[in-house]
Amino acid sequence: MTERVTVTGPRRGRPPARRRAGTAEIDAQTQLGEVYMRALLRAQLRLSLTVAGVVLGLLALLPLVFAVAPRVSDVDVAGVPLPWLVLGGLVYPVLVAAAWFYVRTAERVERDFGEMVDRR
Amino acid sequence: MNTSTGIVAVVVTAAVTVLIGAYGLRAARTTSDFYVASRTVTPWWNASAIGGEYLSAASFLGVAGLVLAYGTDMLWFPVGYTAGYLMLLVLVAAPLRRSGAYTLPDFAEARLESMAARRAASILVVTIGWLYLLPQFQAAGLTLRTVTGAPQWAGPAVVAAVVLVSVLGGGMRSITFVQAFQYWLKLTALALPVVFVLLAWQSDGRPEVAPPEEPVFAEATTVEVTIDVTVDVPMGVVVEADGVVDDAAVSGELPLDRGDHDVEAGTVLEFPAGARIPHASNLEPMTGQAWALPLTAGGDHPLYATYSLIIALFFGTMGLPHVLVRFYTNPDGRAARRTTLAVLGLLGLFYVLPGVYGALGRLYTPELLLTGRTDAVVLVLPGRLVDGVLGETLSALVTAGAFAAFLSTSSGLTVSVAGVLSQDLLRGRVRNPVAGFRLGAALALLVPIGLALSSPFLGIADVVGLAFAVAASSFCPLLLLGIWWRRLTWPGAVAGLLAGGGTSTVAVAFTILGGPPDGWVGALLAQPAAWTMPLAFVVMIVVSLGTQQHTAPGVNRTMVRLHTPENLDLNRGDWDPEDRWRT
Repeated sequence: MTERVTVTGPRRGRPPARRRAGTAEIDAQTQLGEVYMRALLRAQLRLSLTVAGVVLGLLALLPLVFAVAPRVSDVDVAGVPLPWLVLGGLVYPVLVAAAWFYVRTAERVERDFGEMVDRR
Repeated sequence: MNTSTGIVAVVVTAAVTVLIGAYGLRAARTTSDFYVASRTVTPWWNASAIGGEYLSAASFLGVAGLVLAYGTDMLWFPVGYTAGYLMLLVLVAAPLRRSGAYTLPDFAEARLESMAARRAASILVVTIGWLYLLPQFQAAGLTLRTVTGAPQWAGPAVVAAVVLVSVLGGGMRSITFVQAFQYWLKLTALALPVVFVLLAWQSDGRPEVAPPEEPVFAEATTVEVTIDVTVDVPMGVVVEADGVVDDAAVSGELPLDRGDHDVEAGTVLEFPAGARIPHASNLEPMTGQAWALPLTAGGDHPLYATYSLIIALFFGTMGLPHVLVRFYTNPDGRAARRTTLAVLGLLGLFYVLPGVYGALGRLYTPELLLTGRTDAVVLVLPGRLVDGVLGETLSALVTAGAFAAFLSTSSGLTVSVAGVLSQDLLRGRVRNPVAGFRLGAALALLVPIGLALSSPFLGIADVVGLAFAVAASSFCPLLLLGIWWRRLTWPGAVAGLLAGGGTSTVAVAFTILGGPPDGWVGALLAQPAAWTMPLAFVVMIVVSLGTQQHTAPGVNRTMVRLHTPENLDLNRGDWDPEDRWRT
């Protein structure tokens, strides 16, 4: 029966630096934590302003179109004047679609953020 | 419409509301249940409840009435009500839920760490709440009068009584169930009759809704005037009259000259076929052609009026106190977003309908232009086009829907105004928080009822539009800058709230009390949002930049709280609005 021997030796090189998790950086309000937070805010705000801007822009264009090109209002689709069709029905699916796109993208931004700061 | 069916519809709606409220009461055990339903409401219930709460008398009755009188431009109201939710979704929904605040003043306090900001927000919540409740009560009076002939005060009294019972009973939790039920009731009440109304129009040979000329009575028409009205007769006409016209009793033939005539309540007028329709003095007559085209309503400056209305509705929604309170009942920020998405779907489904009523009302209930009560078109139209028992049933259904509209919106507003009154004004004076909340609820109802009974009747959707303008000019900048801009300070926020909220409130008061003057000044006062909202933003930003020493010390922690998803283990600060109920 041989005796067990523990083999030891001097360390070679430094161990890989253990990084602190992003969440800890944010909690400690370090500069790195701030960078994480600013990235999240910027991504979310850019998304919000894009969706809001596109929808608002499209809708705000309508009165202008009616004012500049009154002939648009004379177009009939199946007996319903075009302004009625647009304002009375077609805008709603567009609004829901925009909202759906936003919710999906905002959740993805949050998932990415979570993966970035929760990596240990 | 048969009076008794109308009464039955009102009584059944009220009774079911109280019953569901009582069911919720058994579930409400803690103060937290009372205020925020302990945050256990699922997105589906919550979305139905938000829809139910949001679809007020303005949506159910007012939009159709405006479309009847003024045509295409009025379709912007429902578009704006819905798009306002999209703005709310993309800009504030999730952060607001994550803030954990329960009222707007809570948010102001948590973000700016200042009691002054809290108080300024409280005053504005109460102002907007009362401004929004006023037309709800007036509409209740109109409805009860239209369907049962009850005196004008009866409607507000019934609504207030039912709201008090359900709000005082169960608080937020019972309200959630009640509101969810009422959304589906309102949708059914508009969607089912519209099928029959359209079928009737179809079998009538699809007549043109608005012939391009001045509106006329297509056939001999008998008009019963139920509320005193001054009418503007556009062309001399001989009518059969029975009652009091121009302070003289008449019975038999009566020549009406061109010009204004006073008609007393109870008078019956019979117009010959082809007679031009006299309009009530509070309406602007429109030719059929102008009615069918956009940019024809809105006084001297239709393009400005349209844009200002768009701004008020798009950005006012997020600042309505009863809308925000709903978000705190979501379990987390992600659920808040998904709930809002569902709400948008539910609203889009509903808002296709009022325009149909308005358009067909132009054709089949033209006498509303004479009586000036165009807001009643939804109530009158089904009974006019569908005969017999079916017609009676459909009329009862729309009446029930209208009542659900007053009840749900009034309950939601009462809960939020009462919450603010009890937390910020009665705290310290009333020891028990639930007792304070109940006292606040009574106060929240009394003031607008007094106003509703003493002020002149204005278009429901118009007054609601003004409430949106005040919200867009005060809470919208507070929320947007508070959520997305770290450098907002409390002096900046207070200054902006006072500047935007103050100027828009003054403009609204002018419009409601005196009617706006002519020209540009009138246009700016009647639709203030286009200038008061930018003003509020500018003041908030400029004053904040000048007072950077007052930046909230914990702003970075607050930003973590507002924007990071809940599943991450982060320090979000220890502020908890429910603390005050635990001590």
